[in-house]
Amino acid sequence: MDSTDASQKYNFEVVRWFSVAAVIYFVVGTLVGVWIASELAWPFLNFDIAELTFGRLRPLHTNAVIFAFGGCALMATSFYSVQRTCGVKLWSNKLAWFTFWGWNLIIVSAVVTLPLGLTQGKEYAELEWPIDIAIAVIWLSYTFNFIMTLANRKSSHIYVSNWFFLGMMVMITYLHVVNSLAIPVSMFKSYSIFSSVQDAMIQWWWGHNAVGFYLTAGFLGIMYYFIPKQADRPIFSYRLSVIHFWALMFGYVWLGAHHLQYTALPDWTGSLGAAISLAMIIPSWGGAVNGMMTLSGAWDKLRTDYVLRFLIMSLAFYVMSTFEGPVMSVKTVNALSHYTDWTIGHVHSGALGWVGMVAAGALYHLVMKLWNREMYSTKLVNMHFWMSTIGIVIYIVAMWISGIMQGLMWRDYDEFGTLTYTFAETVAAMHPYYVMRAVGGFIYFLGTVVMLYNVVMTIRCASTSTSANATPANA
Amino acid sequence: MERNVWAMLVMLLFVLSIGGIVEIVPLYYLDDTMEHNARPEILWQRKDGQTLADWKPGDGVRPYTGLELSGRDVYIREGCYLCHSQMIRPFRDEKERYGHYSLASESIYDHPFQWGSKRTGPDLARVGGKYSDEWHVKHLIAPRSVVPESVMPNYPWFEKNIIDPEQVAASMRGMRTVGVPYTDADIAASADQVKGKTEMDAMVAYLQVLGTMVRLDYGVQYRE
Repeated sequence: MDSTDASQKYNFEVVRWFSVAAVIYFVVGTLVGVWIASELAWPFLNFDIAELTFGRLRPLHTNAVIFAFGGCALMATSFYSVQRTCGVKLWSNKLAWFTFWGWNLIIVSAVVTLPLGLTQGKEYAELEWPIDIAIAVIWLSYTFNFIMTLANRKSSHIYVSNWFFLGMMVMITYLHVVNSLAIPVSMFKSYSIFSSVQDAMIQWWWGHNAVGFYLTAGFLGIMYYFIPKQADRPIFSYRLSVIHFWALMFGYVWLGAHHLQYTALPDWTGSLGAAISLAMIIPSWGGAVNGMMTLSGAWDKLRTDYVLRFLIMSLAFYVMSTFEGPVMSVKTVNALSHYTDWTIGHVHSGALGWVGMVAAGALYHLVMKLWNREMYSTKLVNMHFWMSTIGIVIYIVAMWISGIMQGLMWRDYDEFGTLTYTFAETVAAMHPYYVMRAVGGFIYFLGTVVMLYNVVMTIRCASTSTSANATPANA
Repeated sequence: MERNVWAMLVMLLFVLSIGGIVEIVPLYYLDDTMEHNARPEILWQRKDGQTLADWKPGDGVRPYTGLELSGRDVYIREGCYLCHSQMIRPFRDEKERYGHYSLASESIYDHPFQWGSKRTGPDLARVGGKYSDEWHVKHLIAPRSVVPESVMPNYPWFEKNIIDPEQVAASMRGMRTVGVPYTDADIAASADQVKGKTEMDAMVAYLQVLGTMVRLDYGVQYRE
């Protein structure tokens, strides 16, 4: 079927809007990240303006990259692939538009409220209660539309990418609703109903599964559809994907406790979290192998297909961070790494490497399909690829050094048995690495700008050529 | 199951709930989760008619006063928890740097908890009493004037913003709804306490009470 037919058969307009929004938020989210990274290197950049201080912009950065960029990328790819794999339109095109405008309204309200300091004070769940309610409504509208589309499908089996999307939707509903339970004291202020150790456990049950489901399961859904499509090969092993899926669904939920090693959380909970974390290496790597081996017999494509490069490189980062994570959850390692930049480096090898690159690859693929033409410049796609890769490597190397170094400095004793370094001395030692991190992040950010330019030019070329060909195409 | 979306949905609802239930629910029922179940003296045992003003440092963990609670609200608003932890781990170097390891019962009135996850700056769980009020004021206005290596933002607006007593009372009532044992007298007394006070006063009051509520004994094993 050629894609003129496809765009009449399916609801692609809403997918187009989600795709473009995702690319724009990619630029915005990483820009805020570069800014706050620079604030740590050069504190004068806070400018004594409350709305620009690190503490208020950091939640804006995390919300922008996770929920604005990640959310729009997930919604674009899932709404696209669910239609293609089920052979039907969306259950409701109107509801999909409701999801689009609702989600973007939430993003706008986050951009306004977070710099104003309106926050619940829970990491990655900062948004205040009225916005939380809106998130729940919009999220359920997205989930409901997706499930009903699956129920309407023409194919006998539900394709594997849809399992992952569905798993993400269910879990995020659980997490968001429970973790955000709070009592409002005014329009823009509320207190969590939980406190102390229970709040800590619930917060990291949410915190780790925002990573585990939103940024892993959801993006694995992307991987399972877009890698086979871009490589033009079937997925390596169906059986492996079944095992990968159910092991991931069952196991990931337990990992949150490893964020609380050696805290006032009881030992059994932390150890349980760490044990399951270690076990999770197996399904994670199984999934990565499944994606990579899909290329078997077609490895030469990596030389010419830059979009495929993004997808495969993302899996390389996925393999790396799903190994690093379990290692960091082991108590002895965690004793050193916790509270340091090592955690930040780990998160970013996953976020920039895995999430960012798999999404970029999928979005390039989508743009070409949705506007029915090649990218404006494949050279720029390649340039984006190298800027991303180099940026990430600089970033995570800086954080490894600073994290491990600071951890060691904190626990270092001199020959008299007293602490060698004051805290302030360890902060001073971080400066070169904070600069290096800002540079790495800046290179990655420039890559997203290149992507935005390339996408905009592709769409502009597409719209001029369609209007020229409008009559014959519709005739 | 790959053929039936409803069966898959039900299976997912079940499988995805297990981990959370096993790790979270017991924390509400196992007595040794909160140290004050074995040692009630960790919490302030308030007698009938006593107000927050009757509490003395070391009497045990108590709800924050109106001024301290306002300071804590500012602390959350500015995102301090993103760079400062309030959770000391049971290691020798942390003991020497910050003090006795933190107990779960110490944050029983913290909605939400402020343990943090990153130490771009030092841990604050026991910062109370370590520095003078004047030092804190100077440090909050211009951190690099007292700690040249610091990367903390300046907070000059703390001195200009005045606390709204109405809001403090509303916050205390909100806290009472989520389980913090404030009496009507505590809430009534807060209006006078915070009248005319700035956010700077509130922040200093909050920082100075951190870790001072209960006196922990190094000879006692509070946690396994």
